[in-house]
Amino acid sequence: MTATAETTAGSRGSQPPVPDGAVTVTVKIRRFNPEFDDEPRWDSFDIPALPSDRVLNLLHYIKWYVDGTLTFRRSCAHGICGSDAMRINGVNRLACKVLLKDLLQKGDKQTTITIEPIKGLPVHKDLLVDMEPFFEAFRAVKPYLVTYGNEPTRERIQSVADRERFDDTTKCILCACCTTSCPVYWTEGSYFGPAAIVNAHRFIFDSRDEGAEERLDILNDIDGVWRCRTTFNCTDACPRGIQVTKAIQEVKRALLFKRV
Amino acid sequence: MQFHKYDVVIIGAGGAGMRAAIESGQRARTAVLTKLYPTRSHTGAAQGGMCAALANVEEDNWEWHTFDTIKGGDYLVDQDAAEIMAKEAIDAVLDLEKMGLPFNRTPEGKIDQRRFGGHTRNHGEAAVRRACYAADRTGHMILQTLYQNCVKHGIEFFNEFYVLDICLTETENGPVCTGAVAYELATGEIHVFQAKSVVFATGGFGKVFKTTSNAHTLTGDGMGIVFRKGLPLEDMEFYQFHPTGLAGLGILLTEGARGEGAILRNASGERFMERYAPTIKDLAPRDIVARSMALEVLEGRGAGPNKDYVLLDCTHLGAEVLETKLPDITEFARTYLAVDPVVEPVPVYPTAHYAMGGIPTNIHGEVLRDNDNIVPGLYAAGECACVSVHGANRLGTNSLLDINVFGRRAGIAAAEYANSRETHVDLPENPAAQVEAQVALALSEHGQERVADIRTELQATMDANASVYRTEDTLKTALHDVQALKERYAHIQVQDKGKRFNTDLLEAVELGFLLELAEVLVHGALARKESRGGHAREDYPNRDDTNFMRHSMFYKQGDGLTADIRMDFKPVTFTRYKPMERKY
Repeated sequence: MTATAETTAGSRGSQPPVPDGAVTVTVKIRRFNPEFDDEPRWDSFDIPALPSDRVLNLLHYIKWYVDGTLTFRRSCAHGICGSDAMRINGVNRLACKVLLKDLLQKGDKQTTITIEPIKGLPVHKDLLVDMEPFFEAFRAVKPYLVTYGNEPTRERIQSVADRERFDDTTKCILCACCTTSCPVYWTEGSYFGPAAIVNAHRFIFDSRDEGAEERLDILNDIDGVWRCRTTFNCTDACPRGIQVTKAIQEVKRALLFKRV
Repeated sequence: MQFHKYDVVIIGAGGAGMRAAIESGQRARTAVLTKLYPTRSHTGAAQGGMCAALANVEEDNWEWHTFDTIKGGDYLVDQDAAEIMAKEAIDAVLDLEKMGLPFNRTPEGKIDQRRFGGHTRNHGEAAVRRACYAADRTGHMILQTLYQNCVKHGIEFFNEFYVLDICLTETENGPVCTGAVAYELATGEIHVFQAKSVVFATGGFGKVFKTTSNAHTLTGDGMGIVFRKGLPLEDMEFYQFHPTGLAGLGILLTEGARGEGAILRNASGERFMERYAPTIKDLAPRDIVARSMALEVLEGRGAGPNKDYVLLDCTHLGAEVLETKLPDITEFARTYLAVDPVVEPVPVYPTAHYAMGGIPTNIHGEVLRDNDNIVPGLYAAGECACVSVHGANRLGTNSLLDINVFGRRAGIAAAEYANSRETHVDLPENPAAQVEAQVALALSEHGQERVADIRTELQATMDANASVYRTEDTLKTALHDVQALKERYAHIQVQDKGKRFNTDLLEAVELGFLLELAEVLVHGALARKESRGGHAREDYPNRDDTNFMRHSMFYKQGDGLTADIRMDFKPVTFTRYKPMERKY
């Protein structure tokens, strides 16, 4: 492994054996540790990797065998927990859901992969950002079932069609890929952002819920749904395939026509 | 150092922790400490369902569920606990529905139910539709719903607070739990939380294995902390291998696939489970299916270029069932193996999945310090705990049930205990001293060993020597390897010396817990000279009720990573079910 000139990365000794079929790729990472650095920098690492590797594997390789100070969040490693949202080659992705084979350059050209933290949230260290503003927006839309009156003794009845109505938005894993891909969110952090609206949608269109009006009032706010410029970045960024922009439009329509 | 005072402190924000918090938070001043963010916990990876005898789609009752759980656990289940779980399952599911969980529905609008391994009608007659589900993301929906309700109730979270120790204060009646000590990842600062009761809900330790469905963060921290305090761990040799992990990767493909009709086939296309479990075939419990798959491969009937996996055939289910009832696993196969389950069978092999053992508790979630006495103020629930409702082998869906039933029970019990105490018991002297020393030592220069190397070697030896099939020889090899790795662990180097989000340090600490728990697992597996549930010994292929119908209890003798392990035994609680030969 050769760390290129601009890196300050120390070596952790010899690297493990290179597996058959590995290619060398350059991973260029935006680094910043406010504890020691005055400003962000780029570090580049040339490492061996298999085409079937996830980008998360590449980050682990660097952390485990080259530079232990590289910092990022991750947990489940298969796109369910939502920890490892980052900007990979300029688009928001989960590092555990992008395979190297889909990023490789054609022919003999060496592949460079650029990795930055998601945008619009303060960087704590390297690829790890402050998630609090994101979760604050989520909590603000009353993301829970609101009901009044007595609870039934058994389950509430809901038709298959009514259940289907909000199925798409139940898939959200709160990874922030959508919200931090939104140009409006980048410039106006006070905007609730797509993820919060998706989670409001999940309840507004749930036939069991009685809190739609309260939530619609919240989203009718100056920082609510009307900020959306239908750029579709969010829909493209969602690792769960949620039609995010469509959900936002449905909330807008509910506000316009006062019905869910 | 910062100091906090609460009535109840809950450690872990997965299903069990948040279910406990919802109860405790409404009764007493409660804090939830998690080393992750809420909704990142691995409950979210659970897929297929949560069983309860609702009888929404066919005749069922909780007594059948109790029996299935006990038989599924190869009779090592404490029967009083299993009965409580099956009985309370019905309200546990209904509670989640009332909290907003979007279950799939029947045409009448009731909660829909699907078949699952080992869950049967009338004591084994045929598979029964008992698992309540939300597509193949039931765990995700449970985790989200519980977090949503924590938000609703204003539960106080301390995110990315890594608990490294608990405070036990000695009294004339033995030790009492008085708090917990956490390392704040953002700042490197140490926090002491004084509490009247502490609930562990820290999950499992699947990362002792290489091929696992578990998250990187499942490193057995809670079990490790308790064990280091000299408190026992129970039944640690029983580790479940889920039959259908994506081959080579270990990513989980739900048993719900087989519940919907998917079939396991060997290289020649044979539905081999017909030979091993003639009545319920592919829906036999996981231990039986995993062993059968391993045997097919061992005997040369595996598929693929290296004949090292079998095939999960979903092709006859049709695109619609896959897209609507099993969308996530369909996507996993497409993304990670470039295999489309709609048109071709998926390569699968058993993957390390779930710890049946853990911190021994009674049915109120109170932690035991020996067979007869509890540690007042200390509770545990979920995978880190051992009630024991899973015995030697957990049935599919019973973990989501366990976290809801016993998470709730532990939350209520912890809050009621706290409310029954007028004042906090004093903390021990210098409560943070041990954690301060541990962190300082890890950061000091004392060697060149890489954490990743030791972890990789640990996982390799555990996969090779302590997985689905075990023998005296392989286990001795594993024990020797783990002990050697522990020696090397004394010389690890943490490269990041900073205070801010030092995940390099975090991984080093986690590895310490993994090594400790791996040794306990192997130790127990060596001592248990029989085959039962998830513990299959090639050299002792039969169950031996005369000598081993008993829980194992492990105690750490003294301090330090290489201290000896003492083994003891605890009787199994029987109510009405006599052990029988286990046939499906």
